[in-house]
Amino acid sequence: MGPYIIRRILYMIVVLLFVIAITFLIFFILPTADPAALRAGRSPTPETLKAIREQLGLNHSLPEQFWLYVKGLVLHFDFGNSFINDQDVRGLIFDRLPNTLFLITGAAILWFTFGVLIGTISAVKTGTFLDRATMTTALVAISAPVYWLGLVALYLFASDIGRFPILPGNGAYQDAHGFFAKIPTLILPWIVLASAFAAIYARLTRSNLIEVMSEDYVRTARAKGLTERRVVIRHGLRAAITPVVTILGLDLGILVGGAILTESVFGIPGVGRLAYDAIQRGDLATIQGTTLFLAFAVVFMNLLVDILYAFLDPRVRY
Amino acid sequence: MALLEVKDLRVHFETEDGVVQALDGITYSVEAGQVLGIVGESGSGKSVSSLTVMGLTRAKNARISGEVLFDGKNLLTASESEMRALRGDDIAMIFQDPLSSLHPFYRIGDQLVEAVRAHRDMPKAKALDRAVEVLGQVGIPEPRRRVDAYPHEFSGGMRQRVMIAMALINDPKLLIADEPTTALDVTVQAQILELIDRLRQEFDTAIVMITHDLGVVAEVTDDIAVMYAGRIVEYADTESIFAAPEHPYTWGLLKSIPRLDLPRDEPLVPIQGRPPSLILKPPGCSFHPRCPYVRDAHKRIDPQLAPTAEGVNGGRHKVACLLPPQSRRQLWTELVAGATPEDAKERVAVPEEAVDQEAVDPTAVDQEAAR
Repeated sequence: MGPYIIRRILYMIVVLLFVIAITFLIFFILPTADPAALRAGRSPTPETLKAIREQLGLNHSLPEQFWLYVKGLVLHFDFGNSFINDQDVRGLIFDRLPNTLFLITGAAILWFTFGVLIGTISAVKTGTFLDRATMTTALVAISAPVYWLGLVALYLFASDIGRFPILPGNGAYQDAHGFFAKIPTLILPWIVLASAFAAIYARLTRSNLIEVMSEDYVRTARAKGLTERRVVIRHGLRAAITPVVTILGLDLGILVGGAILTESVFGIPGVGRLAYDAIQRGDLATIQGTTLFLAFAVVFMNLLVDILYAFLDPRVRY
Repeated sequence: MALLEVKDLRVHFETEDGVVQALDGITYSVEAGQVLGIVGESGSGKSVSSLTVMGLTRAKNARISGEVLFDGKNLLTASESEMRALRGDDIAMIFQDPLSSLHPFYRIGDQLVEAVRAHRDMPKAKALDRAVEVLGQVGIPEPRRRVDAYPHEFSGGMRQRVMIAMALINDPKLLIADEPTTALDVTVQAQILELIDRLRQEFDTAIVMITHDLGVVAEVTDDIAVMYAGRIVEYADTESIFAAPEHPYTWGLLKSIPRLDLPRDEPLVPIQGRPPSLILKPPGCSFHPRCPYVRDAHKRIDPQLAPTAEGVNGGRHKVACLLPPQSRRQLWTELVAGATPEDAKERVAVPEEAVDQEAVDPTAVDQEAAR
């Protein structure tokens, strides 16, 4: 397993270098605003612009800039400074990361539990009204865009603007202080973020489980005289859930990089919100930093999932 | 009273394409310590019959009728929990493919322990001891160490031994083996058959052995039932099946077995055609589209399983064939002498409209049921 992990980490580094290179190139090819001009304020003198260029390292050639960026990243874990307010990007990301983690952890628990539960019931009751009803609902949940669902949720339930003002709405997260005070403010975001995922997981669990239930080893389990509940859970679900866990890892990787829409709709200052604001302001270093952070999260979760797989499926050996 | 008595068992499945007549009235019985071979091609209904005995074909679209008496109790009317109590305890089953039949994610020790604890209130450690004991009995070396292994860490033959151990762990009275050797090498096949035979002798287990290969069962069975299109077409003790088979389908099966005692250039004679659809069965004798000796009357009259004319072995040899007994015996003699079905047909006169009166006698069916 050791050599495998080392190989995978080397591979991870290559992927990340590619991501850095591509984002770097995109910003130079695309006609974005001149960062120095953005920084300098109204009608700057050429001298000021030159000084800012030097300060930001924009006077170097493209390969040189790339080299400096990678060097800073590797040696000091330095993502550079924001062009807008000169804060260091690493600090910006890590300040916001706990909020994102809080949001996605709760949502993930919700969607995994309900997704697997609904999928299992649906699979066991294949073809019944219950199965059709849940799967149709799931399709609706998958098709509904998060920002739309988020706005509908706010319109219906937010304590300030809702028709049934029962739950804290937009901005409540930032106003609440302390872990427990923040939990109620996340209920709506959790549900909104989790619903589409829960629907996907339910469908995935259902189709996997239906397939597994026709396997020979499930027939063996029945031939042993086990109760149907035990056959479904211990023998069916145990095998059907491994691919679902894989998907969970990948989804979490993507979301750690920012649940942009949910964070925006509910005013949660997470990594996604940071990226969103940076894009709006043309804040190159921050965009680069958040993109890189997202790529890192995805690749890392990928590795984690593959390692986890060896524990979930004893046949897998690296 | 026989341990297992199956009487006029019918299993039909309603599907979108029509009603699949998987079993169309089969009757057989097995005593303790006896081995019955059920032989037939894929789709002949042999697996459905055993799964029905286990209560594993119960589904919304299944229409099951007849009787399955186990120890005098009708399993078809037993509740699901009664069936669960029997499954894996008094009635156990081993399956064709030992790799896919064991759960890939659990250690075999855990799978065996689970089988014990489904029926016995026994602490895990004690159940594991029992697992080790049975694994030893079926010939797994170092069973104490091997209980911690996963199925994929065993060879095919060893996996099938694990399956047999799992089936035997609760000392079943009846063991149903569904193609237990099909997925295995020939040498391993022999070992597994030997093992099954030893278990029958040591534990007096009744065994139903399902296979498509007559050669495989020859060594271990007492009786053989040959199935075709959901029915038993010939039933006899093993010796009669091999020495004096009476059904053209049985002849076909026998002639398609490669044999070491015949010259190497002796061609194998396959049975022409394919098994019939169980939704749209041919009228008359189901085998008639593939039978080399078919006569027009056979396409109309449905033959019944009836004792052979000679009543060998007290009428235990039964056949469902419309050919006159005389012609049947002559045809088989020709085939044994090495004739192809075409040659045999030329040499033996089969009267155009003659049918075996025994085989169509409706009272024969009643006698069968009354037996």
